[in-house]
Amino acid sequence: MENQELEILFQQKIDREEKIEPKDWMPEAYRKHLIRQISQHAHSEVIGMQPEGNWITRAPSLRSKVVLLAKIQDEAGHGLYLYSAAETLGVTRDEMLNALHEERAKYSSIFNYPTLTWADIGAVGWLVDGAAIVNQVSLQRTSYGPYSRGMVRICKEESFHQRQGYEIMAHMAQGTPEQKAMAQDALNRFWWPSLMMFGPHDSDSAHSAKAMRWKIKRETNDELRQKFVDKTVQQVEVIGLTIPDPELKWNEEKGHYDFGEINWDEFYNVISGNGPCNKQRLSHHKKAHDNGAWVREAAEAYARKKQKSVAA
Amino acid sequence: MSKQDNQWPLWEVFIQSKTGLPYKHAGSVHAPDKEMALQNARDVYTRRSEGTSIWVVLSDNIVASNPDDQEAFFDPANDKVYRHPTFYVMPEGAKHI
Ligand SMILES: [Fe+2]
Ligand SMILES: [Fe+2]
Repeated sequence: MENQELEILFQQKIDREEKIEPKDWMPEAYRKHLIRQISQHAHSEVIGMQPEGNWITRAPSLRSKVVLLAKIQDEAGHGLYLYSAAETLGVTRDEMLNALHEERAKYSSIFNYPTLTWADIGAVGWLVDGAAIVNQVSLQRTSYGPYSRGMVRICKEESFHQRQGYEIMAHMAQGTPEQKAMAQDALNRFWWPSLMMFGPHDSDSAHSAKAMRWKIKRETNDELRQKFVDKTVQQVEVIGLTIPDPELKWNEEKGHYDFGEINWDEFYNVISGNGPCNKQRLSHHKKAHDNGAWVREAAEAYARKKQKSVAA
Repeated sequence: MSKQDNQWPLWEVFIQSKTGLPYKHAGSVHAPDKEMALQNARDVYTRRSEGTSIWVVLSDNIVASNPDDQEAFFDPANDKVYRHPTFYVMPEGAKHI
């Protein structure tokens, strides 16, 4: 069959809401788009462990420490689910890691912001995981089978992440005036970067139209961002904090909140490597990877040795 | 590729969520041998007691049908409606059959 013909059949299959599986024929551009998106999603899960890992040794109680550890361990798991989904498209783990280390692959810009106080751990779980959930719930319906199944698994685990973060924020917001101020400060710093997580406006998003046609993406950046704002405003009110946006206002007619414009200069600046922590995040990842090299080698040598003794 | 940095062979992971139920594919892990493949599969795919039992299989050892041949491959079953109970005409009034 000609490629053109195959492509028509492929699109019909997608339009019928049938999932695409690894061995199915797919346009090269579809495969490429998925490898880019899934690997960057995986990198985000893994790099995202760093800002939270920063507080494990200083968590204020044993309870919060075991919770934070479990949460971060989940994120490592999410990274692995996603790498494994990407590998079904014919890319190797090595290639993906190299792309990250050589800065050819990106990860979510949110993780280039520092976690300065314990309240930031609350803000990250509540807002950053909250925004990720909105995106991932939508991606459960993505057209590529392994990606979709990974998303279903991840979504089951995420709600604990968001609740533990919100619990920290609620707790601090009811504490001393200093603690409440700390919670507000964390909200102030993480609110806008959280909205940026959904990416540029649909009109400015290079990959959006194709991804929608192929049903890799099921809702647009702006639709998802609106969903996140709509559900978060009430949660902010309940704990008595204020969203740092003077233009935030309920729009009766639309049935949605209006909100101010994102500082896109900041977004592109952080994406292109100039955020507060870009260098630190990447060099830490490289260091951890290199420091683990002997473990990988030793385990391999041990496996070889055992195989020999079985054969002997 | 930068330096040679083996990520170990790939294993497919199958999990039985409860005794009596069939094993279901969960995803894959990298591991140097079968013991570590099992341990990695446990850590990655059953952090919330999602399983009572795990199988790991080297991905290379899995043989899969080709989706391009799907029609021809499954064709033999298509004209054998007599394999289904609805094919048979039961006498009027017969019960529990
Ligand atoms: Fe995650
Ligand atoms: Fe999470």
